[in-house]
Amino acid sequence: MKKLMIGNSAVAAGLYDGGLGVVSSYPGTPSTEITEFLAKYDGIHSEWAPNEKVACEVAFGASLAGARSACAMKHVGLNVAADPLFTLSYTGVNGGMVICVADDPAMHSSQNEQDSRHYAIAAKVPMLEPADSNEAYIFAKTAFELSEKFDTPVLLRMCTRIAHSQSVVELGEHTDAVLRDYEKNPAKYIMMPGNAIKRHPFVEERTENIRKFAEDCIYNKVEYNSEEIGIITSGCSYLYVKEVFGDEVSILKIGMPNPLPTETIKTFASKVKKLYVVEELDPIIENFVKSLGIEVHGKDMFSLLGEFSQSTIAKAFEREEKEFVTADSPVPARPPMMCAGCPHRGMFYTLAKNKITVLGDIGCYTLGAVPPLNALDSTLCMGASVSGLHGFNLARGEVAEGKSVAVIGDSTFMHSGMTGLVNIAYNATNSTVIILDNSITGMTGHQQNPTTGYNIKGDPAAKVDLEALCRALGINRVRVVDPYDLKACEKAVKEELAANEPSVIISRRPCVLLKTVKHEAPLCVDKDKCKSCKRCMTLGCPAISLKDGKAKIDTTLCVGCGVCKQLCAFDAIN
Amino acid sequence: MKTKSVMIVGVGGQGSLLASKLLGRLLTDEGYDVKVSEVHGMSQRGGSVVTYVRFGDKVYSPIVTEGEADVIIAFEKLEAARYAKFLSKDGKIIVNSQQIDPMPVIIGAAQYPENVLSELTAKGVSVDELDALSLAEQAGSSKAVNIVLMGKAAKQFGIAYDKWIKAIENTVAPKFVEMNKKAFDLGYNS
Repeated sequence: MKKLMIGNSAVAAGLYDGGLGVVSSYPGTPSTEITEFLAKYDGIHSEWAPNEKVACEVAFGASLAGARSACAMKHVGLNVAADPLFTLSYTGVNGGMVICVADDPAMHSSQNEQDSRHYAIAAKVPMLEPADSNEAYIFAKTAFELSEKFDTPVLLRMCTRIAHSQSVVELGEHTDAVLRDYEKNPAKYIMMPGNAIKRHPFVEERTENIRKFAEDCIYNKVEYNSEEIGIITSGCSYLYVKEVFGDEVSILKIGMPNPLPTETIKTFASKVKKLYVVEELDPIIENFVKSLGIEVHGKDMFSLLGEFSQSTIAKAFEREEKEFVTADSPVPARPPMMCAGCPHRGMFYTLAKNKITVLGDIGCYTLGAVPPLNALDSTLCMGASVSGLHGFNLARGEVAEGKSVAVIGDSTFMHSGMTGLVNIAYNATNSTVIILDNSITGMTGHQQNPTTGYNIKGDPAAKVDLEALCRALGINRVRVVDPYDLKACEKAVKEELAANEPSVIISRRPCVLLKTVKHEAPLCVDKDKCKSCKRCMTLGCPAISLKDGKAKIDTTLCVGCGVCKQLCAFDAIN
Repeated sequence: MKTKSVMIVGVGGQGSLLASKLLGRLLTDEGYDVKVSEVHGMSQRGGSVVTYVRFGDKVYSPIVTEGEADVIIAFEKLEAARYAKFLSKDGKIIVNSQQIDPMPVIIGAAQYPENVLSELTAKGVSVDELDALSLAEQAGSSKAVNIVLMGKAAKQFGIAYDKWIKAIENTVAPKFVEMNKKAFDLGYNS
C-alpha cells in the first residue's frame, strides 16, 4: 500500500511493522510525532516518560525482558539519555532496541545545532540515517534485526527535513511483536568493572564486524554514473545533490553513518577523478575519508552551519543560479510569540515590570524573552533555570536572592527541574522558583505529562501533586497564583522574593489552546475612553494593535483573559 | 514531467497545514511523486509559516529555493512579500489581501509595507489578489480562508473540480463539509 507520510510517522510504522513491543519517549521537536503515531497502534505499550534518560532506560528494561523496544527524542534529548546509551553499548540487547534521535540543523525549534552522529561514534553503536519517508520506514523496520544480529542498540538519526517532510511510503508486511526468553546473565548485564572490562573488547570487535556488514548492506548505495565527479553524501543532502545533478555524477549514498564502510569508500574513491563529501553540520564522513589517506573536498566548500538546499549545492559547484525578484520595502520579521490569552503573559508582565532577573527554561515560555516583555535573562537547557538560579544567588548573595527567580514549565519541572529544587533546599539559597503550570507540554504540541492526570492515550493516570512534591523536596513556602490576576501575581512575587527561605510559586492556568479550556467573550476598546497611553501594548498580546493612535482588539484572536483590562487606567477595555 | 514547486505561506494558526494536506493527497491520488515539507513546533505561535509542495515524475528535494516556485499561495500580504524571491520567472502569486500585523509592527518597531504588492507587480511579478477573509465569512466562517485560497489556486494544478470537492469531503469534519465546499466554490469562481 502506498501512502503519503511524514518521516516521523513512517518511522512509527516501521517500528510497529518491525515487531515493536514497548516505546517510551519524551517529546521534543522534531521527534515528537514518532511516539504520537505509535500511541495510535493497539497491542503495543507506548508512553511519555518524564525525560529521555528514563525513556531510554525503560526501553533498555523492555529489551532485557525480551521485547523489541524503542525510544525517541530530539538531539539535545540524547544528551540526557547519554548515560544509559554509553553503557548499553556494552550490555547489548536481548530484544532489538532502537533509539530514534532527531537533529535540528538550522535550529527551527532548538537551542543548539549539535550533530548526533558524534554519539554513535563515541558510544560505538551503529547509526542509520534515512533520506526520505520510505527509507525511514525500511530503516526503522530492519533496525531491530540489525540490533539483535550484532547485540547492540541502534541509533536511528532523523533531521527536521526528513522528520517533517511527507513523501510516498510503500508499506510492507507486519511482524507481530514476539517476546524472547529472559535468562539471568550477570556477565552481560551487570556492568561492574569486572564484567564491563570483558565487554569492552566485544564492543570493539562488534564495530569491526558491523563495518564489514556495512560494505554490502541495504543502507549504503553506490550509483556509478561518471568517472569525473564522485560525491559521498547522506540523509537530505543526498536529495539536494540528486536535485542538482540527477544522474550526472557518481554517488555513494551513506545510510549507515557509523560505522562507515572502509572498502566501499576506497573503491568508490578509486573510480572517480574528483571526490567530494556533502554533509550537513560536522565533517564526520569527510574526516573518516581523510583518515583513509584519500584526498577529498568537503567543508572547504560547504558550511558547518544550518541546513543545505539544492541551491547550496548549485552555488558550491558553481552551477547556474535561478533569477528572482524581491520587494523594495523592508519586510518586518514575524517571530513566534505567546498566544493571545497565554497564561504565561501575566506572570512575565509582572516580572518585567519589577525588573526581576529571570533564569528561563525550555518551553513556550522561552517566548517571554522577546519584545516587548524582554523578561528573560537566560535559557540554557531543560531544568537549568532552577539549578542556575541557585548558582546565580550563591555568587551574588542576598541582593540577588531578593531580585531573581527561575521560571520553568510543569513538564520541564518533571523532566529535570526537581533535582535542582532539591539542591536549593539542601544547599540553602533563598531562591524563588516559579513553576508555570499550564497543565500540558505546550511547545511540542500538547503532550500529556505526569502533572496532567492523563497518559499518552488520553486515559486517566496518576497525577503528581506539585504543591506536595515541592514540600517533599524540602520547600516550606509553596503557594499557588492565577496568572490572569496581575495584583495577585505581584503580591506573590514580592512576598516570596522578600522571604527568608527558599520558595515556590505555582503560576497555574491551563494552556489557552487546550480544547477543554472555555474562552470568555472577546473584549473591546471604547475608542472615546482610550487615551492612547499604550499601556496595554506593553503586554505584547497579538490581539491588541494600534489603529489611528487608539488600541484595537482583534476579536477573532481575543479569548477574554482580561489581563489588558487590569492595566487600563481609563476603563476603556470591556 | 518537470517537477513543479508550490509554496503555501502564511501566519501560524491560519490553517495552511490543512491546505497542504489536501493538496498533497490530491496530487498523490493523481499518481505523481509528491513531497510536502513544513516545519512544526514554533509555527503554532503566530510566526511566519511556510509549506513546500513539490510534485512530478520523480521528486528529490522536499524544499523550494529562490527562483523556483511555480505558484505561491500567500495567506497574508506581508508573507507574500517575504517569500516573493522564491517565485520563478514565470510563476504566479495568489494572495489573500488580509493584513495581519507582526509583533514588531504592533509595538511600533517596524512599519507594515502598505504598497508591497504593487511593488512586486511593477517588477513584472504576476500577482493575483483576492479578499479571502470576506469570502470565507460569506461561506460561514473566517476560518475557511485556507479553503477559499485553495479554490482560487485549484486551476493551477490540473486536477478536476470534482476531485477537489471529494478531497474536502474526505478531509474535513462532517459538520464543516458544506461550509468548506461553499468556501472552495467562492474561491474557485472569483
